[in-house]
Amino acid sequence: MAVRPEVIAALESQFAGIAPSEFRGQTRVTVPAAQLLDVLTTLKQTHDFDLLVDVTCVDYLNYRDATNRFGVAYLLANTTTAERLTIRVMLDEPNPAVSSVVSLWEGANWLEREVWDMFGIHFEGHPDLRRILLPDEFTAHPLRKDYPLQGRGERHNFPVLTRGEG
Amino acid sequence: MAIEELPENVVVSKLDELASWCRKNSLWPMPFATACCGIELMATGASRHDLARFGAEVFRFSPRQCDLMIVAGRVVMKMLPVLQRIWQQMHEPKWCISMGACASTGGVFDTYSVVQGIDRFIPVDMYIPGCPPRPEQLIQGIIDLQDKIQLEGTVGGREFDLRARQQRKRSLVELPIVKTSGLILPR
Repeated sequence: MAVRPEVIAALESQFAGIAPSEFRGQTRVTVPAAQLLDVLTTLKQTHDFDLLVDVTCVDYLNYRDATNRFGVAYLLANTTTAERLTIRVMLDEPNPAVSSVVSLWEGANWLEREVWDMFGIHFEGHPDLRRILLPDEFTAHPLRKDYPLQGRGERHNFPVLTRGEG
Repeated sequence: MAIEELPENVVVSKLDELASWCRKNSLWPMPFATACCGIELMATGASRHDLARFGAEVFRFSPRQCDLMIVAGRVVMKMLPVLQRIWQQMHEPKWCISMGACASTGGVFDTYSVVQGIDRFIPVDMYIPGCPPRPEQLIQGIIDLQDKIQLEGTVGGREFDLRARQQRKRSLVELPIVKTSGLILPR
């Protein structure tokens, strides 16, 4: 369900620099990275967006008309009114970083770890920012578009067991 | 002293063949099932296809009790050290079946995380094609492995000695040509 216009209007009056837009009935708001935690705190506490559905990321490398490298997306939901809202933060290299939202939603812990694992986005203030899917010794962030599909030899880098060593 | 006559209930055989006959009819599979091939593996062990007909129905999840590892499904680079450790924990003599396209070659998953065939890192005795193979194919693979154990198996496991396997068969070694006078043998 689309977000009520008064919620967007209240956000726009409170925060300068945010850019709301709408696409096929779905509302998304692009927020500067410095304001992210404040915007999400307001949305949760004032406008009752109590559910963080997902935190994910898009790599816009070589994407047409793209001006920023990464877009981190926060999918919010209001479980009372069934409104859904997408918050986006555009980040750039080097050192793409944004503040963690674990203080607002505990469930963001593993979601942010996955984004760190796959895209290398650094979440400042995260209590435990480790890899969650790939092994700890992995060095790259494989969902970045400049990472080759077949990897850099990680899948071949193992000892070979023969019959004699069994 | 020569034996004049054998009683009817005595069979003369080689100890190697007797041991191989025992081993091949009592395979204990270790189901390393990581993907959809594992579902076919379960169907093979269940009543409809009934792997017990071939003496291999006792699936054990402890590698210490198994002698046949069936790798069913894709193996990712995070799982490969686990696979190797389980293989090392199994007792000799042991065999390995690579079930399905993914375990054998990586299948359609030509990506950074999927190992492109487990035979790069552990020894494999039998490959079963299919995506996933039907239970009949797995049963055929187990029958073929039984034949292989019967034909090659030895009590001491000499068939697993890689250097001995790479030596040429005695029938393929060139025998020295004895020259006889007046006769020129073609090379």
